[in-house]
Amino acid sequence: MPSSQLPDSYSDSDLVAENTSDVDSNQEFSQPPRVSDQSGFSTQCVHSGEPHLKDSGAIPTPVYHAATYSFDKTDDLLRFVHGEDIREEYGRYGNPNERSVEAKIAAMEKTEQAVIFSSGMAAIVGVFMSKLSAGDEIIFFDQCYRRSRDFCVNHLSRFGVVTRQVPTGDYEAMEAAITDKTRMLVSESPTNPHLTVVDLEKFAAIGKANEVETLIDATLATPLNMNPAEYGVDYVLHSATKYLGGHNDLIAGVICGSNELLEPVRDLRGISGNINSPQNMYLLERGLKTFHLRVQRQNETGMKVAQFLETHPRVEHVYYPGLPNHPTHEIAAEQMRGFGGLITFTVKDADWRQTANVVDAARIPRIAPSLGGVESLIEQPLIMSYYKCTPEERVQYGILDNMIRMSCGIEDADDLIADLDQALRS
Amino acid sequence: MTDPQQPSGSFRTRSIHVGNQCDPATGAVVPPIHLATTFRQPGAGKWGEFDYSRSGNPTRSNLQETLASLEGGVGALAFSSGMAAIHGVTMMLKAGDHVLAGCDLYGGAYRLLHKICDRSGIDVSLVDLTDLDAVSGAITDRTKLIWAESIGNPRLSIPDLPALAALAKQHDCLIGVDNTFGTPALLRPLEHGLDIVMHSATKYLGGHSDCLGGTLAVADQELFDQLYYIQNATGAVLDPLSCFLTSRGIKTLDLRVRAQSQTALQLATWLESHPRVKQVLYPGLPSHPQHQRATELFDGAYGGMVTFELDAGVEQTAKVCESTKLFHLAVSLGAVESLIEQPATMSHASYDEADRKRFGISDGLIRLSVGLESFQDLRDDLDAAIQSSS
Repeated sequence: MPSSQLPDSYSDSDLVAENTSDVDSNQEFSQPPRVSDQSGFSTQCVHSGEPHLKDSGAIPTPVYHAATYSFDKTDDLLRFVHGEDIREEYGRYGNPNERSVEAKIAAMEKTEQAVIFSSGMAAIVGVFMSKLSAGDEIIFFDQCYRRSRDFCVNHLSRFGVVTRQVPTGDYEAMEAAITDKTRMLVSESPTNPHLTVVDLEKFAAIGKANEVETLIDATLATPLNMNPAEYGVDYVLHSATKYLGGHNDLIAGVICGSNELLEPVRDLRGISGNINSPQNMYLLERGLKTFHLRVQRQNETGMKVAQFLETHPRVEHVYYPGLPNHPTHEIAAEQMRGFGGLITFTVKDADWRQTANVVDAARIPRIAPSLGGVESLIEQPLIMSYYKCTPEERVQYGILDNMIRMSCGIEDADDLIADLDQALRS
Repeated sequence: MTDPQQPSGSFRTRSIHVGNQCDPATGAVVPPIHLATTFRQPGAGKWGEFDYSRSGNPTRSNLQETLASLEGGVGALAFSSGMAAIHGVTMMLKAGDHVLAGCDLYGGAYRLLHKICDRSGIDVSLVDLTDLDAVSGAITDRTKLIWAESIGNPRLSIPDLPALAALAKQHDCLIGVDNTFGTPALLRPLEHGLDIVMHSATKYLGGHSDCLGGTLAVADQELFDQLYYIQNATGAVLDPLSCFLTSRGIKTLDLRVRAQSQTALQLATWLESHPRVKQVLYPGLPSHPQHQRATELFDGAYGGMVTFELDAGVEQTAKVCESTKLFHLAVSLGAVESLIEQPATMSHASYDEADRKRFGISDGLIRLSVGLESFQDLRDDLDAAIQSSS
């Protein structure tokens, strides 16, 4: 064969170099992590997914700013092309920082793998675009992040995908809405901002019985409090911007599930390019190391603040799945190990402006969208997220004028309670 | 009423909010990282708040504001490493001055005092800081600085900081303390009358083994001005990215240190009953010689460092340190990952051999920096390593 001619078959084993037995000089730095699913959760947060010994003996993962990754010889490239060597190639297909974060989150979520995207929305869009085709249908529980709904109703529809919405927690309605075109059942748990908890066992069972895939956006739950895959849910979605990153300083999203289901998602991500920079991934990995401590604290503070608000004379109603009066408390207590740091409440006899005054009077939480970070945040859903909706739409979505959503950070719970108290009394 | 911008907020609330005010230009909840080396000025000869990043940088300034609040000081300075911070202090001295330092002292500080400062004609003597009579006896009229560690390294001795501060005042000399092991979450030396508190921010403040840094905080404005002058003149400032990572680390400092302390106490208690362990040095154990003092000085926990002595020689001890699977064999400390090391051959190798013997840095000594892993995982790892070397 002339040397200028490419091999006609990629499976031609003669072309694979003879030096495959060469000792990899980096071998000692590519040891697998020394933790398992039997290790403590905090141990997994610190170590899972990372090679135990890294290049130069570094303790934290180096930040690989490389856009492209070189091959020593053509034969090395061939081994990669043949799938015999799992490694980096070009930054759009992944990078080492992304890989170690993916492995860590997969361990935390108890799934075979995780695929990271540039934002939570990029992750859900990534799943939909890789799984749905014209004519397909998806069914949503209607309490959901407005941008997820927005994408399905206004954009997926342009590609001929039909979105049906059924009342959150109405499992019969969900099952009844399934047709032979239905491809996916989608819900958040807990939902935003009402914190309704979905019965994952029932939800997954409907999917299985009808051979339809299921997806849960578990951003508000976090892998510490709930692992939907254990109930048979196919896809677990997180906006990693929130509790996973935890410092209000990065945007990322992740989808967790089986190798079989996620390979097409990863492939499409490689084409569409909604990936993460290595630097961003390093910050996420760094944030994950304190994930257990942070969320444990946010669970505790969330409960304390919710209990405080419940007895406050100026508070009308508190939505928090940890409180016995929450409509889905029972299922939350059964399927969740903690209830998170997000609390929604309504101010008694207050119009939207009086409610805004309470928000403005709070000193510790900043007025901002997002949640789950170390800094507490506060917002009025009416103004922050639903300002452009008609009053009828707001009624439909259950967004009240006197509603406030608070994301508890890791500040001292007593400080947050004292602050909310003065804000409510002002 | 709680205002996070005021020192009245609790430690943890201040560690998140003070110095991290929202960016006024954009509302960003996390202040931007200012990589600028130089800043546009309002006019020729007219100076803005920041001019050149060695003299001041907004990202470093934010970190310093947080630190000053957490330590209860008038100001703080961020240096490029812990050693740079100590060096900044020693540059206040002049030929003929005398420094009194503890004999349970970090090897790097030992080296700086004995091999660098002595070139400038500065005398150093090391004494047991837990022995106040010995300290009194060692102070001369040339003594200008007492340098202590709030928890000694590696034997975790706890000096009586308020009494040392009183002694220093009496003799009109400065007293500084390296509070790296103690952390401001558990101990704030300025509240006990010390002049300078120093940290290797590389350790608990940063907390993730990924940025070097050193800090000084002081209670007196004049002293702050002198130290700032030295830092600006000599240039060992912390870079903006490291300042950002340190600030980010400080937000979880309290959570981390308390979790690490809890696991450290469990490990120390377990090690104390281990047949192959000769001695455990942990301030939280009643057997620690200064346990009572530690309980009085520290805010509810005793830190994440545990030192213990094996009934073994240098090689066998080294083998234990090399056999752990979860603990990384490395110097440094205070991070989320647990570390193990042998002081005699690693952190305190820069001691003269005679001084190692004199100050109890025996070959069988092992120092642990307890991370965030679960107690059971760390105990099993350590147990297996100790067993495998027997």
